[in-house]
Amino acid sequence: MTISMDDSRPIFLQIAERIENDIIEGRLPEESQVPSTNQFASFYQINPATVMKGVNLLVDQEILYKKRGIGMFVATGVRAKIMDKRKEQFYEQYIVSMVKEAEKLGITADQLTEMIKRGDKGQ
Amino acid sequence: MSLAVEINGLSKSYGKVKAVDNVSFSLEEGKIYGLLGRNGAGKTTVMHMITAQLFATSGQLKVFGEEPYENDKVLSQICFIKESQKYPDNFRVADVLDVSRLFFPNWDREFADSLVQDFKLPLKRRVKKLSRGMLSSVGIIVGLASRAPLTIFDEPYLGLDAVARSLFYDRLLADYAEYPRTIVLSTHLIDEVSQLLEHVLVIDNGKLILNEESDALRGRACSVAGFASQVENFLEGKTVIHREPFAGLASATILGHLSAQDRKRASDLGLEITPVSLQQMIIYLTNGKIDGEAAIAR
Repeated sequence: MTISMDDSRPIFLQIAERIENDIIEGRLPEESQVPSTNQFASFYQINPATVMKGVNLLVDQEILYKKRGIGMFVATGVRAKIMDKRKEQFYEQYIVSMVKEAEKLGITADQLTEMIKRGDKGQ
Repeated sequence: MSLAVEINGLSKSYGKVKAVDNVSFSLEEGKIYGLLGRNGAGKTTVMHMITAQLFATSGQLKVFGEEPYENDKVLSQICFIKESQKYPDNFRVADVLDVSRLFFPNWDREFADSLVQDFKLPLKRRVKKLSRGMLSSVGIIVGLASRAPLTIFDEPYLGLDAVARSLFYDRLLADYAEYPRTIVLSTHLIDEVSQLLEHVLVIDNGKLILNEESDALRGRACSVAGFASQVENFLEGKTVIHREPFAGLASATILGHLSAQDRKRASDLGLEITPVSLQQMIIYLTNGKIDGEAAIAR
């Protein structure tokens, strides 16, 4: 896990993404409690108001919900929801740029498929 | 939202030199602000006026709703840590802390003691004999333990090593979380503190050129690089804050968000787009090569 934030993108978005990653990878199971704003703030050394903005973004998307007086929790069924969202982004973020780079290097579609299979075996 | 500081059209002139030129902004209670800018930009002058150590030439200034000059009620709520704080010659570190306790109504002695241990300060040593870094630590301890509703740190870490600075950020955030208050950090070390700041004020040549939530500024600027002719083609109609030619290639930094259309066009022109950090963006805006104020206004 990398601790430093990227200073060229809004930090509240990065906080929201990190919480989503933790949910996808099972570090934050559904119905488990999310660390408090102040815990996040001191762990990443960032302003608590920024953390709150990131958390609230996920509350708006109904990924997290608030239990009054206790804290924030991961809602049920959201892991699949986040994965669907990420799959759409995956195409934009990785596939489009990969195909472009492949074209630049003269890699054919077949060769590219072959490479993906090879990468898969390497796992 | 109540305001800790309200400044309207504030100016300070020394003869013909305008150190601070018609500056207006307000600081909300309970937020951490960064007051950024180059040496001599006017940051310290502004802070001296807020803390009633300097009279403004013109303009209005209110701190917690009142004029700060000779106003004990207001001044007892302010803690101003200066870059080069002077103490009486015979003062030991312990004396500084004792006197601070009398000055600041919210002074937390236990917290001060724990900070003395964290920063490994010798309590019995005379302040005069402290190293530069230790002297800075004294200021930081006073600033934190005062828990003043308005706490201002003006370049508080001269001579402090990276470990001690990190300790400062850590204690500041932890204590702020428990006791929210208005904190102003004036500094050149933008990349180190930017994550702590909720809001950024940038002063350049006596003028306030930027007053925004720091997270809203991240991603505001980006660089494009590619063949010089293609880059020039792409830049048309955009606010360019930096240019860097390199043989037949060029890279330029643009202020403003790129639309999906812009990105597609850049990609068609074979240009590479990279994000620019908050610190780098502020450097470009204040390096004197462009009119930063005008660039932001566009």
